Amino acid sequence: MTLEVNGKTFETDEEGYLADLNDWEPGVAEAMAQAEDVELTSDHWEIINFLREYYEEYQIAPAVRVLTKAVGKKLGKDKGNSKYLYELFPYGPGKQACKYAGLPKPTGCV
Amino acid sequence: MSEIKKFMYVNRKAPYGTVYALESLEVVLIGAAFDQDVSLAFLDDGVFQIMKGQDTQGVGMKNFSPTYSALGDYDVTKLYVERESLEERGLTLDDLLPLKYEDEDDDWAEKDSIKLVSREELAGLMEDQDVLLNF
Repeated sequence: MTLEVNGKTFETDEEGYLADLNDWEPGVAEAMAQAEDVELTSDHWEIINFLREYYEEYQIAPAVRVLTKAVGKKLGKDKGNSKYLYELFPYGPGKQACKYAGLPKPTGCV
Repeated sequence: MSEIKKFMYVNRKAPYGTVYALESLEVVLIGAAFDQDVSLAFLDDGVFQIMKGQDTQGVGMKNFSPTYSALGDYDVTKLYVERESLEERGLTLDDLLPLKYEDEDDDWAEKDSIKLVSREELAGLMEDQDVLLNF
């Protein structure tokens, strides 16, 4: 599969995850969100950027439980809970936010 | 209620060249969701898996060693390293990644995940397990 963004073509896997995370640019997240009728707010970006930093440091996309805990530590308790994260990413913060961030699907996520 | 079992993942192989080390790490991360009593053992060439300063550019494989630092986030906090295996390879604790976790029951104090154990102690720990997974 491929994704077209501003005239550029990006390779994705069969579930729409970016094939090479080094290709990522903000427009990729915008295009993926648009396809799912999501309007990205600064709250979304905060989580997307957090995930990219997490991947940069640990080379994995964190499990939801781990993401929730880590967000709570970094961005505050009011954001480090599943209610907040699922409101932003109703398809699941693991799957959906990781996809927008250009990361692979979290390990262990089916 | 499901009963909590003691799982030990036993890592004996060098990190690259075979897929065992990476597979083991992935199983640990996936298995961490099941709230069991998990520990990891590193012995023989397995001790190389958690060495500092790994650079895989030459072998064209992804350097997954940074992921060991995430184990604490996954509540995997018991990493046993066999002292004899380290010594036989001319290594010390200082050559290993400084793996830490935050202890929820101790005001989130940062603690070392790696515990050096002798061959005999490790054998005893293995005896105590319900499940041993060898990689």
